[in-house]
Amino acid sequence: MNKNPYSSHTDADRAAMLERVGIKSVDDLLTAIPKDALRPKLGLPVGMSELEVQAHLESLAAKNRNAGAGPFFLGGPVQRRYIPAAVPVLALRGEFLTAYTPYQPEVSQGTLQSIFEYQSLISELLAMDVANSSMYEGGSSVAEAAFMAVRTTGRKKVVIASEVYFEFRRTVRTYARGPDLEIVEVPTRDLASAAEGAACLIVQHPDAFGGLVDVKAIADAAHAAGALCIQVTEPHANALLEPPGALGVDIAVGEGQPLGIPMSFGGPYLGILACRTALVRQMPGRVVGETHDARGMRGYVNTLQTREQHIRREKATSNICTNEAIAAITAAVYLALMGPEGLSAAARLGVAKAHALAHRLGALPGCSVSTDGDFFDRFALRVPTLAPGREGSGYALRNALLVDNVLVEATAAHYGDRDDLIIQCTEMTTDAEMDALVAAIESVAAGVRETVTAR
Amino acid sequence: MTIRTQVIPESGVKTAVPALEPLLIEIHEEGRAGRHVRGGEEAEAQIPARFRRRAPLGLPELSEPQVVRHFTHLAQLNYAVDTGMYPLGSCTMKYNPKINDRVASLFADLHPKQPQSTVQGALTLLAELEGMLAKLTGMDAVTLQPAAGAQAEFTAILMFKAYHQKRGEGAKRHRVIVPDTAHGTNPASAAMCGFQVTTVKSDAHGNIDLASLKAALGDDVVGLMLTNPNTLGLFEERLREVCDAVHAVGGLVYGDGANMNALLGVARPGDLGFDCIHINVHKTFSTPHGAGGPGAGPLCVKEPLRAFLPKPWIVRDEQGRYHLDTARDDQPPAGLGDSIGRVRTFLGNFGVLVRAYTYMRTLGEEGLAEASNDAILAANYLLAQLRDSYDVAFDRPCMHEFVLSASRQKKQGASALDVAKALIDEGFHPPTVYFPLVVPEALMIEPTETEPRETLDAFAAAMVRIAERAKTDPAAVKAAPKNAPLARLDEVNAARNPKLKWQRPT
Repeated sequence: MNKNPYSSHTDADRAAMLERVGIKSVDDLLTAIPKDALRPKLGLPVGMSELEVQAHLESLAAKNRNAGAGPFFLGGPVQRRYIPAAVPVLALRGEFLTAYTPYQPEVSQGTLQSIFEYQSLISELLAMDVANSSMYEGGSSVAEAAFMAVRTTGRKKVVIASEVYFEFRRTVRTYARGPDLEIVEVPTRDLASAAEGAACLIVQHPDAFGGLVDVKAIADAAHAAGALCIQVTEPHANALLEPPGALGVDIAVGEGQPLGIPMSFGGPYLGILACRTALVRQMPGRVVGETHDARGMRGYVNTLQTREQHIRREKATSNICTNEAIAAITAAVYLALMGPEGLSAAARLGVAKAHALAHRLGALPGCSVSTDGDFFDRFALRVPTLAPGREGSGYALRNALLVDNVLVEATAAHYGDRDDLIIQCTEMTTDAEMDALVAAIESVAAGVRETVTAR
Repeated sequence: MTIRTQVIPESGVKTAVPALEPLLIEIHEEGRAGRHVRGGEEAEAQIPARFRRRAPLGLPELSEPQVVRHFTHLAQLNYAVDTGMYPLGSCTMKYNPKINDRVASLFADLHPKQPQSTVQGALTLLAELEGMLAKLTGMDAVTLQPAAGAQAEFTAILMFKAYHQKRGEGAKRHRVIVPDTAHGTNPASAAMCGFQVTTVKSDAHGNIDLASLKAALGDDVVGLMLTNPNTLGLFEERLREVCDAVHAVGGLVYGDGANMNALLGVARPGDLGFDCIHINVHKTFSTPHGAGGPGAGPLCVKEPLRAFLPKPWIVRDEQGRYHLDTARDDQPPAGLGDSIGRVRTFLGNFGVLVRAYTYMRTLGEEGLAEASNDAILAANYLLAQLRDSYDVAFDRPCMHEFVLSASRQKKQGASALDVAKALIDEGFHPPTVYFPLVVPEALMIEPTETEPRETLDAFAAAMVRIAERAKTDPAAVKAAPKNAPLARLDEVNAARNPKLKWQRPT
């Protein structure tokens, strides 16, 4: 019996194949391998049946607390959003899922047209000229956008707002070690005045605390100093907010996971990268273009490939090869199903719930909404003094709420001196979840009050 | 499937192919919509007017039945592993088990920022996967962060840079060596790290040329990036001497694991002189390529490189609980130390890693070893059948893939590209063409272990038929494909007049 359950060979097949090759065993083909290194014992577990492996994975999954299993307010770049039933049914069809990069366009039109439609939908949503076919995920897309700006301007200073997600900022710092870029972090309000000598200003809108930012002023300051403006954006926000293309932004980047892609504990996700036409030859990654076949029929191909590693090698705009095509196709299916009204409704619901919740939480003793100015579908909440320890009160409250099975994020030490909670709402947030959060914070705050009074 | 009749102009023969599909924007009608989500009107007033979107959101308006048919029809225009043999060299298009997709969905509803106490199952899986990959490759430590092979390369070269800097040699080391058979990602990754690339040629046996390598080495070398088996499908015959030579000048050896499907249980890169190796789980560990991605590119390293691995690291405490070291909930978090930092926002392409884990647990050590054995046997079996019809680039036993040259056919009037397109009419996906660059008219063929022998035979027969046709009627080969949804596409036009999104019909 086969040890590999996915093998189609019988022992007779193998014998016939060995005979055709003219050898007795596969080892006869391995003479180039040093003898002492050949066929080592690995110490890996023995194989399982499908039933056994299903049960084993279920037992691992049972040790997790799913997002939907209780009140849930985590978010940021990755958001718990409603995924229409038809999205995975279509996007995960075997003809899409088990195809490779469309190197042979005649038999890959399904992939190519779907990605062309993704590029079109994203360009429309962001009001940008061109979107590429996908990057790995949000953080590395921001880094690649910064690299684009460095190549375009010939400058090595990258200025990034400290209200950009900290995971994105850290990813940019790692990437910057490659070409030895100078990274400067300043608060969003000081971004415009830091443009001198910069390759780019990187602003996030809505920012990590949901704050709405005057991106146009930052883009103008960037351009006046000969720098590019890069906006970190979120897909749903663009249904309601003025999109990057209307704000003077040169490169728009972001995490595309909210477009119908499961949260899956960190990936796979979808890096969105869109830019102005003038920058297209500096764009990293693959891009699909329309053309025609030898008989004049419309068709699609990977194009502008002279930017890419398989042609240009060390002179390529990026090393990216495998990307996140199936996630781009998923996003295209999601946007097609939701349409302009569905996408707007999902965005509106997050905004409405966040504002309702902020109103209630801000009224609790010791609590106040601490996002600067107006906010979108998440907000920062300053909380009563609980623990002046290493991670602060926000972190202590986050842990206290965890006991009640309520999940929220604390700023911890990731955003300067800020010691807040960050609370994200989406269309999935229920009244019961909001009631639970208010009650839990109220009871912790009351406990603090009692403790203080007792002293 | 919707069918359209296509007349082949040369012969007048009618053939049935799947109908092409209009664009979404061309089936849009104002007022069409599903009702997946609704409400929230009060939000309009909560956004100040100066921030609101002014131009209408011009996404197409469609009904769900239209969307379902649209993408179903598009899917039917694709060739995929689920529909047929896909012998794309260096891409390892093996069968993608369906159980892997199903169990991945068990972890779909986990947010990456959840407290570590609520994701112990996910962290356990990742930690076990790291351990299995270390054993499989003979390495000491693993990061699962890289999203793909190319990102693993970038990660590793950043680590090499940090390693040399830590030893006070950062300033003088600025050259990365790659063989002329390397994937384009190798030099591109080195360049992203600010290094110069020195290309070393191959010898007459398809190995990296040892004398040229030695001549290129010096104390300004960061390291060597080496694929083994190389992209010719050949195991480097003097691998240890190659690695020793690099180490002798203080350089490091990077293993590009794109061809790891030849080595499962056959040999461990850690025993052969490599300092690290990445694994394309979307190749070797059967996770679907997703029409171009996602992949996952775990990077496995030897002890001296451990400190430089991206953080956070998954660590286990004495009670058997797992934590992220830089974000511990139970004790003060660790600092970055010598780590290069994170190369992505969160821990890795988890959904892909679950599939790889499931595959490894399903096959077990004995099944993995059998997979590589069968992959090597299948490649040599095909090579034996094709040796007479095509030129063989380097005629010695191959590993899991091999490279033919269509030079003979080119002289007859049919290039490697023509042979590839003719294979489409024979019902097969073409192999990789024109790579590696060192072989003229290259056809790089990787059958994998999961194709039945009948399919291998049918593929070989098709290749032989095409070679015969190239002799007698090369124009017919050049006219292919005729039975695909489209004839050959005009790629020059696409690049010269880039049209990268749809225009709304006016």
